[in-house]
Amino acid sequence: MNFLDLIWLIPLTPLCGAVLMLLVGKKLDPQPTSSVAIAPGVEPVGGSHAGGGHDRVHPHAPLKFLIGLICPGTVLISFLLSVGAVWQLSGLQYKIHQVIQFSWIAGLPFHLANGQMGTFQADWGFLLDPLSSVMILVVTGVGFLIHVYSIGYMAHDNGYYRFFGYLNLFVFFMLMLVLANNYALLFVGWEGVGLCSYLLIGFYYHKKSAADAGKKAFIVNRVGDSGFILGMLLMMSVLGSLRFTDVATMLHSGEFPAETAGFGVLSAMALLLFIGATGKSAQIPLYVWLPDAMEGPTPVSALIHAATMVTAGVYMVARSAPLFQLTPATSTIVAVIGAATAIFAASIALVQNDIKRVLAYSTVSQLGYMFLALGVGAYWVAIFHLFTHAFFKALLFLCSGSVIHSLSGEQDMRYMGGLKSKIPITYRTMWVGSLAISGIPFLAGFFSKDEILWQAYSSPLGSKALWVVGIATAAMTAFYMWRLMYLTFYGRSRVKPEVEAHIHESPPSMTVPLTVLAAGSALAGWLGTPKLWNLPEIFRGFENWLAPMFGAGEAAKEAAHSSGAEWGLMGLSVLIAIAGIALARFLYNTRPGIPDRIQASVGPLYKLLYNKWYIDELYDFLFVNGLGKGGGRLCGAFDRDVVDGGVNAAGWLTRFSASVSGWWDTWIVDGAVRLGSFFVKMLSYPVCILQTGRVQTYALFVVLGVLAIFGYYVTR
Amino acid sequence: MHPITTVHYLALSAALLLIGTVGVLTRRNIVVVLMSIELILNAVNINLVAFSHAFGADHVHGQVFAIFVIADAVAETAVALGILIALFRNKETVQADEIDLLKW
Repeated sequence: MNFLDLIWLIPLTPLCGAVLMLLVGKKLDPQPTSSVAIAPGVEPVGGSHAGGGHDRVHPHAPLKFLIGLICPGTVLISFLLSVGAVWQLSGLQYKIHQVIQFSWIAGLPFHLANGQMGTFQADWGFLLDPLSSVMILVVTGVGFLIHVYSIGYMAHDNGYYRFFGYLNLFVFFMLMLVLANNYALLFVGWEGVGLCSYLLIGFYYHKKSAADAGKKAFIVNRVGDSGFILGMLLMMSVLGSLRFTDVATMLHSGEFPAETAGFGVLSAMALLLFIGATGKSAQIPLYVWLPDAMEGPTPVSALIHAATMVTAGVYMVARSAPLFQLTPATSTIVAVIGAATAIFAASIALVQNDIKRVLAYSTVSQLGYMFLALGVGAYWVAIFHLFTHAFFKALLFLCSGSVIHSLSGEQDMRYMGGLKSKIPITYRTMWVGSLAISGIPFLAGFFSKDEILWQAYSSPLGSKALWVVGIATAAMTAFYMWRLMYLTFYGRSRVKPEVEAHIHESPPSMTVPLTVLAAGSALAGWLGTPKLWNLPEIFRGFENWLAPMFGAGEAAKEAAHSSGAEWGLMGLSVLIAIAGIALARFLYNTRPGIPDRIQASVGPLYKLLYNKWYIDELYDFLFVNGLGKGGGRLCGAFDRDVVDGGVNAAGWLTRFSASVSGWWDTWIVDGAVRLGSFFVKMLSYPVCILQTGRVQTYALFVVLGVLAIFGYYVTR
Repeated sequence: MHPITTVHYLALSAALLLIGTVGVLTRRNIVVVLMSIELILNAVNINLVAFSHAFGADHVHGQVFAIFVIADAVAETAVALGILIALFRNKETVQADEIDLLKW
């Protein structure tokens, strides 16, 4: 079986699932008449929520289990097809395989920027190369696990079929995004995942906050997308093609020299594409939507807003590597934005109390790491971190979902604590995930984060400042993650008494994916061990697989640095991670009274962080109220006073001239006519007297006339 | 005893004409008006016959013409009486001064 030519089936199978669900899903899962969807745990405590009874089948929906069979099944098929295709790809000499199914936009002629004629043309085509193969494995693999998890998590929700339909649709669009062979088709997937994100954030659409969060995500993403579109159009007009292979060939041909000195057209193009990436991947200044996106169901947060969709920006920038390699100025902007986002989001995560918000800001921060890596030219490292992050962040989100599930919907960590022994599987898997993200050696996060920090330090585009920011973020990451762990699982239970009675471990459909992801979080990093360790080639498989795509020059430069420095930095980052964990343990476990005292002594700083640096308020003030409402008022005033004023003035003038004209008509023209007729009437009165209507009068006239004529002749 | 001459006839004719004309103009009853018209026509006939006699036995045109006028008068009177009856059915009157619809 030739999987390589069947890659079009990979996105198609989830699409089939989505279409099936959205068309006939309602038949399989009839909705109760009082159709207010119940969020997991938002359901009233002590009501129908019988402890442990989570595998119940809805009594009126005997076919509901089919949904849980079909939807994860389609993703599993996609995953198996992906594995087959990647396996065969690895056997090719040039690890690239392009399938063009058919032409989507057939050549429309237009003038290129240099005056030549070009054709605007886009295919419905798929490109499988090392980069997209990593992405499809992550999307389908993690996607499948999260689908399985959702079977248990969403079991009691209304709109079960709708949830799975959207989720499958999301997987379809995400696969279109990563398998597309040109920017236009990538953009189709890009917008499609944005749509699914909107639909799933607003899944509990009867909740105003969820509906608002969905709109916010959609609108903030539009800002970034406008940059992406402009970047694409610029690329079209300068390079004349949107196909990845053509773009790369053209940029490598030497026709466009690297813009080392100034900021030219390529830099602008790269910057516009990066603006698109900041929207989708939640970077400063467009990160504000991601924390609010936690209003969606937790599996959605795990799949879309942690593991896959938000990394689309990272993928897109890595895909545009030939462009970014020629534009050091933009690359520096990418690195700075990435580093700034990383530390900024981590600082907010330090003090948040909502378990999912901590993880949301953690995601923003880790995405910042990825952009830092992209900015310093370490493209494969960014993708490596994307890969490991997909495991441990999906794991952490699913664990938090499991915690929330067991606590009947409680998300505030101040009302948790002491859950360690009550939900042991969740605890153990989350423990692995937290160690992994903190950068403890031999777990996934350690390898990828350490490689990013090393690249930030040693790469020609990197600098010590970026490294310092990175290592500070690493310390904060360890601290906030273990603050979360200690608040949730250790210490005295602060759970509300009415919730306490219902605490239970989640069903197997949820714990099995957790276990698999925990294994992934522990082991995934071994594909990318540092070169320094001199392990067999297989342990550096990730670099060997991806790095050739981005040019082999990096490896040689790296070797020039002393190995002592690398060992030293690695040790330092491990120490810092352990210090962060220890500090969290000291503050939140050993001496739980201290945080309140610190909070009191640095009140303003705490408030600043707790309120997320007031960025939402600032945006509200500047854009929503300032530009939006103020501009609206200004436009309204302009419309009312100037545009309407002109119309009204013209109307008044017309009416005035009409009244003058009417006066003239009534009194002068009609007056003359009436006067004429009046005179005629006056003249007619004497004549009227003669016409008596009596025949004898007329006869008299005749006689008199005859007599007159006779008289005239006789007397003449 | 003076012989009867043409002038006598003409005087009679003129008298009849005068009587007829005055009758037409002054009488209110339409039947009388018609009778007055007959007087006028007969005045004409007398004129025609008188001149026919005055021009000698060879000239009978005047007498022939008088016969035509008599026939004509008969026809005219028949028509006029028909109109008069139709008028009476509508207006219930034969008084000429009450029939004055045709005016402004």
